[in-house]
Amino acid sequence: MNLLATVLPWAAGAFVVALLLAGWRLLRGPMLADRILALDTLYVNSVALLVLIGIYFDTAVFFEVALIIAMMGFVSTVALAKYLLRGDIIE
Amino acid sequence: MRDLPLALDIVLSLLVVLGATFALVGAWGLVKFRDFLKRLHGPTKASTVGVGAVLLASIGYFAAAGRASLHELLITLFVFMTAPVAAHLLVKAAAHVDPRLRPPHGPNESESTSDDR
Repeated sequence: MNLLATVLPWAAGAFVVALLLAGWRLLRGPMLADRILALDTLYVNSVALLVLIGIYFDTAVFFEVALIIAMMGFVSTVALAKYLLRGDIIE
Repeated sequence: MRDLPLALDIVLSLLVVLGATFALVGAWGLVKFRDFLKRLHGPTKASTVGVGAVLLASIGYFAAAGRASLHELLITLFVFMTAPVAAHLLVKAAAHVDPRLRPPHGPNESESTSDDR
């Protein structure tokens, strides 16, 4: 009996629900900053979801994907916030 | 999936459940709250703990499988370093767009967008 194998699909489902909630805020968000925050939450949760999938399929190939998503997500969040702050990204 | 010792299995399952719960609560807070600053409160704390717990579980699993790597540690460090920076920038951007979000006794309008603090 492997407890982790039964828990993992439920945890992945919870992360998918979290992604959907963040997507709802991305579509609805009254302010632009809300949408950027929703994108931020989306990428952080997708990193965790990829790591869970990596555990489930017992493979390490998803770590590079998760790392690249984390890096790109941070850079894009900073760029979008900078755009709101300055009206320009590269001055 | 491979078979794990029972104690490690339970610990890793608890970590995964904790991470998923935190992420779910954080996203629910993102949807539920009325105000941007309140909405920022949920995901910035909850998602980082959620990701941290899941990455800890991953470190434990792959260490038990004999294939411990530095990748998870890299992701954890990166997420923990960048999430507060991103949240801070978001607050600054939101306060720049909407004056009502600025602190009542904070810097006045002409200085509130400068980067000197």
